Amino acid sequence: MKLLFDMFITFAKVGVMTFGGGYAMLPILQREVVEKKGWATEEELMDYFAIGQCTPGVIAVNTATFIGQKKKGVIGGIFTTLGVVFPSLIIISLLAGVIEAFSHIEIVQNALAGVRVCVCVLILNAVVKLFKKAVVDKWTTGIFIVVAIGALFLPVSPVIFVILAALTGIVLKSLGGKRE
Amino acid sequence: MLFLRLFLEFFKTGLFAIGGGMATIPFLYEMSDKTGWFTHADLANMIAVSESTPGPIGVNMATYVGYITGMNAGGTALAFLGALTATIGLITPSVIVIMLVAAVLKKFSENHYVNSAFYGLRPASTALIAAAGITVVITNLLPINDIIEKGVLAVNWQGLILAAALWVLMNKVKFTKKLHPIVFIGISAVVGIIFSMN
Repeated sequence: MKLLFDMFITFAKVGVMTFGGGYAMLPILQREVVEKKGWATEEELMDYFAIGQCTPGVIAVNTATFIGQKKKGVIGGIFTTLGVVFPSLIIISLLAGVIEAFSHIEIVQNALAGVRVCVCVLILNAVVKLFKKAVVDKWTTGIFIVVAIGALFLPVSPVIFVILAALTGIVLKSLGGKRE
Repeated sequence: MLFLRLFLEFFKTGLFAIGGGMATIPFLYEMSDKTGWFTHADLANMIAVSESTPGPIGVNMATYVGYITGMNAGGTALAFLGALTATIGLITPSVIVIMLVAAVLKKFSENHYVNSAFYGLRPASTALIAAAGITVVITNLLPINDIIEKGVLAVNWQGLILAAALWVLMNKVKFTKKLHPIVFIGISAVVGIIFSMN
């Protein structure tokens, strides 16, 4: 029980210190989990992080579940995962309450209008970064264009595109596999 | 019933959003269109708050959407329950998938089919985020319907200039390139107030 509590607290700490996306979490995990607690080795952490990126869901959550389950099985995975989301629950709930309470004030609306412009640029930057890693040849360029146009103009759930893209990847690699 | 739907919507998001927090954005836009729980403008505010507070972005956004949905349904009392429901919904698929993958750890990352699937998934996920980004730009900077009706006056010129300035600061200026997004969000808020952007 004491270990589970320690795991919850350690990952809550990791959650608080992760500012931004999952990638910001890696150096913090190295310090808290590998160096301080010794719950995983450096290599294991890199493996978990790599697999956390190619399994569904938020990378930070996936990595937390991995370390927890390695240390203490299913229940361990649940405790570390709850730990990593705990700060978000508290902080966002408090902030959302405050923002909603003041959102009718003109000065707050003006500030939020400015902030929304910034969000456009932040998403653009994220897309450019992902694009460089994901779009590597003519096939991936084709997938990008088809999905982008489809998502903009067809009333189809993103789920459909995700499933079709995975199947397309498997088909393309199977056909081209012999050449590589 | 609302909370069951909220859980299921986020379960779906957690299961199909691949490649980090930004990948949840297309699913949240779809959710907004389908359920009307929150507006596109709400969503843009949520993205900004999620970027500028501690915690993984994807988790922060789930908590925020859940909070707003709960609050619209029954005030502050239900808001926290909504936040909890959405967040648990988002992380449940991760926990299940990771438990399964952990059993076959090495084989999973070296599996031909897994790698091939991701060859197709990565550009698709990027395209979905790009499409969501275009929707955000249209809502905030280039309102197409208004432009057709009223001409170029409907373009948010102040916003476009701010966006261009931010892009240069984030990508081209050596001294500001490395700064955390929260700095740019703060600057944008101040600019918004000074120029009464709303």
